[in-house]
Amino acid sequence: MDIAAWFDDLLAGNLIFTAQTLGYYWEGLVTTTQLVFLSLVIGLVMAVPLAVLRGSRHKWISLPIYVYTYVFRGTPLLIQLYIIYYGVVFIDGIQESFLWPLLREAFYPALIAFTLNTAAYTTEIFRGAIKSTSKGEIEAARAYGMSQGLMMRRIILPSAFRRALPAYGNEVIFMLHASAIASVVTLMDLTGAARFVYARYYAPFEAFLFVAALYLCLTFAILFFFRFLEKKLLAHLRPQS
Amino acid sequence: MKKLLTVSLLGLAVAAASSAQARDYDHVRIGVDVPYEPMEYRTPEGELTGFDIELGNELCERIDVTCEWIEQEWDGIIPGLMSRNYDAIMSSMTINDERRQTVLFSDPYFTPPSAWFAPSSSELEETTEESLEGKTIGVQRGTLQDNYVTDMYGSVADISRYSTADDMVLDMEAERLDILFLDYPVGKATLLDSDNRDYRVVGETITEPKKYFGDGFGIAFRKRDEALADRFNDALAEVQQDGTYDEIYNRYFSESKKNAE
Repeated sequence: MDIAAWFDDLLAGNLIFTAQTLGYYWEGLVTTTQLVFLSLVIGLVMAVPLAVLRGSRHKWISLPIYVYTYVFRGTPLLIQLYIIYYGVVFIDGIQESFLWPLLREAFYPALIAFTLNTAAYTTEIFRGAIKSTSKGEIEAARAYGMSQGLMMRRIILPSAFRRALPAYGNEVIFMLHASAIASVVTLMDLTGAARFVYARYYAPFEAFLFVAALYLCLTFAILFFFRFLEKKLLAHLRPQS
Repeated sequence: MKKLLTVSLLGLAVAAASSAQARDYDHVRIGVDVPYEPMEYRTPEGELTGFDIELGNELCERIDVTCEWIEQEWDGIIPGLMSRNYDAIMSSMTINDERRQTVLFSDPYFTPPSAWFAPSSSELEETTEESLEGKTIGVQRGTLQDNYVTDMYGSVADISRYSTADDMVLDMEAERLDILFLDYPVGKATLLDSDNRDYRVVGETITEPKKYFGDGFGIAFRKRDEALADRFNDALAEVQQDGTYDEIYNRYFSESKKNAE
């Protein structure tokens, strides 16, 4: 039997694989990818200095960071998103401020919420990795007469990054999955596209199974990328054959 | 012997199941998406009320069943009926062909127009592809207004879809939306009559084409529940004849009717 004809028959009369609905899924894929990628990059950039400062001996530096990571890890992301999106409106004069053009769009409040959330988790992941740097390395660096900054840059951070890699890979995947709530603030992300198709055609199985498959593909792509990184960066830890 | 028992038990079960399917309801659970003022909403005391609710309760009384209202978010309301979370939907649901494929509708009990709402300060005077280009339109996800706006203006305007009409009104007040499109009575109650800001209707109210706007609001049932739908239809005819319908109608719409004309 002709494969193409068989495929045409299979898809005839179905609701999901039409040009229009696939367009929505594509739009959703783009939005989800943008949101997750940007929030992870900005969150990572924020988390590195925060993790270093979190270990500071000065309480007035480390305590605020501790409170921040505690609050953002201790409350659901959905609530944070609601507060940032629907909450900002109740700040007097916000509509006249220079921030409004950004906050008016659903994309930026969502990006802010996601970024603050992932930065909080990433800070704690790095903080743990920094703390578990072996004493021997630090003593050796001191013996060489390295300053605190140089030691951080040359010794502690590179090894901490390596140690943090598997945990951080998990955080990236969690972030992708957590981004599924973006559609509650009207964003047409992947889940938003699925909800739209579901509501329009009353086809829950097709709409959500298809989007689950898309998330699965993204998850595997991320997994693959981190496997590759770990293989390269943690090569010295693998058992020698 | 054992086999015989199994078979007869099975037969019993099938008989019970089929009689359950065709059963005459004495307790009807009705799915409703709250809030959707003035069709269904809660008073400040927390009591469920609105046009749908009052009319529904009246109908239930006529056909001598006890009714229970079950709240369900709009975008899952038809699947909820299918999965037997409730037996009927009376939630300002417009009758159209797309939905008719899935559910059985009663006779229409209300035919409201849809309308565009914008702040009074808005410069929008009409809703055409040119005037809506680049504007942000708010709709409730999965409603006929969503379908209409998506098909007509999806290529030129940004469409924000909301789970509830409340979130949409909140965002309208937050100036995140340029214009929104919803059932006229609901927009009237939530926007025109609100004290927060000034709103107005842009252009004419809309009831055509039938493909989107269908034949008015109907009560939805599972397809096999024809007997139940018939009972509701009889009751509807009755309340329309004896003036009870008008009484409830006037309580909610007498003023909005004036404004629409």
